[in-house]
Amino acid sequence: METKISGYRRENGRIGIRNHVIILPVDDLSNSSCEAVAHNIAGTLALPHPYGRLQFGADLDLHFKTLIGAGRNPNVAAVVIIGIEPNWAKIIADGIAETGKPVAYFGIEGYGDLKTIERASRKAQEFVQYATSLEKVECDIKDLVVSFKCGESDTTTGLASNPTAGVVGDRLVEMGGTVIFGETPETTGAEHILAKHFATPELSEKYLKIHKDYMDLIESKGADLLGTQPTQGNIAGGLTTIEEKALGNITKAGKSPIVGVLAPCEEPIAPGRYFMDTSSAAAECVTSMMAAGATLHIFITGQGNIVGNPLEPVVKMTANPNTATSMSEHIDVDISGVLSREINMEQAADKVMECVIKTARGRLTDAEALNHKEFVLTRLYPSA
Amino acid sequence: MSSHKFLVHEDGDYVGVAVKNIQAGEKVLGVEIHSGKEYQVKSNHDIPLGHKIALQAIKNGEAVIKYGENIGIATADAKIGDWVHTHNLRTARWDYGN
Repeated sequence: METKISGYRRENGRIGIRNHVIILPVDDLSNSSCEAVAHNIAGTLALPHPYGRLQFGADLDLHFKTLIGAGRNPNVAAVVIIGIEPNWAKIIADGIAETGKPVAYFGIEGYGDLKTIERASRKAQEFVQYATSLEKVECDIKDLVVSFKCGESDTTTGLASNPTAGVVGDRLVEMGGTVIFGETPETTGAEHILAKHFATPELSEKYLKIHKDYMDLIESKGADLLGTQPTQGNIAGGLTTIEEKALGNITKAGKSPIVGVLAPCEEPIAPGRYFMDTSSAAAECVTSMMAAGATLHIFITGQGNIVGNPLEPVVKMTANPNTATSMSEHIDVDISGVLSREINMEQAADKVMECVIKTARGRLTDAEALNHKEFVLTRLYPSA
Repeated sequence: MSSHKFLVHEDGDYVGVAVKNIQAGEKVLGVEIHSGKEYQVKSNHDIPLGHKIALQAIKNGEAVIKYGENIGIATADAKIGDWVHTHNLRTARWDYGN
């Protein structure tokens, strides 16, 4: 298979397959200015979100990591940051500037929205003209960081689409690529199997501790996840228990040794397969992986999750023939032929790879074409 | 191409998964994904695509095996050909308060 793609080589050598200029709010109060700038300047994209005030501790750290990670993502050419006050905006700008890409930040206090919008728009225009002057270079599919997540899963996910995605993950790692999967809560019932996938006993213990801490957190609230995991959609699709869901879940990034356990939004440092401690909620999980530098997402669905991401193209695949028909505008790759045994998983993986390569060369995914831009930050605790 | 209506993950699994809608009373063919081993079962219930069909009798309280692994505990007896879902199978994990 031809694995050459064309991409944008960023200042730090990383390869992006999109060329966004983003207008990034530090906080909820700055969404309005960011959206105004994106309206003024063609080719820019605002990333509004509801948080960023009076957060503290690990919750604030994760907020910064997510925003910095979004700016650092190789699919981003340049970043304009706006915050109500400049100090936190500068923290985010400094984190992104390490990559060498153009970054500017603005604080609204002392200026008001209108002057800020004007100043930020002038900078955004300059950045768009910089970004659109960049030439694409030839690179290889292995230069991508590919993240995996499944959502609105059903039994077809575990039967066909997750193991097929696993074949894709193994092929990418074999080529020297980097793949990330996660969803800590949804490994429950399959921890004993996943624990054997890690490259070292230390990594395995690290994963098991993360999982146990999560289970302890749920128990400490006097709660359980019955009714939440599996979701109502999972149950409609035939999944009965979390164990059954988890056994399907863990196959989706392949079988290669897991070479690292990542915190949410933590960038992998070398090629290979990584486990990231994430939520199983689709938009939160994809956002965390995007903020770790993932440049293309393979999303596996059964009953028809429709998630997208503003910066990381989401390729969606299903093996459920009903979903492939009834929600065809959301499904980039239909591999329902695996269930009817018209194709095997290797052939299904060929179909996915073909779509990945087209997407990397610039084809808009269904989620991109449908304007799905879910940018969802994970919160750890309430604001102060 | 076979005219199978359900697939089975592993030899020894207690349940298969419908890949087409199955009707009560229908005699259906199942196939194990990797080995191609075939199963013949008469369904006792309507079983929608994606839902599970019992390949052996299951006793209340027994662990149910799929993927060659424990996927939960039976909460009622099931006969060969029965629909297996939340009405007769529950997680072994999250049962605080039960």
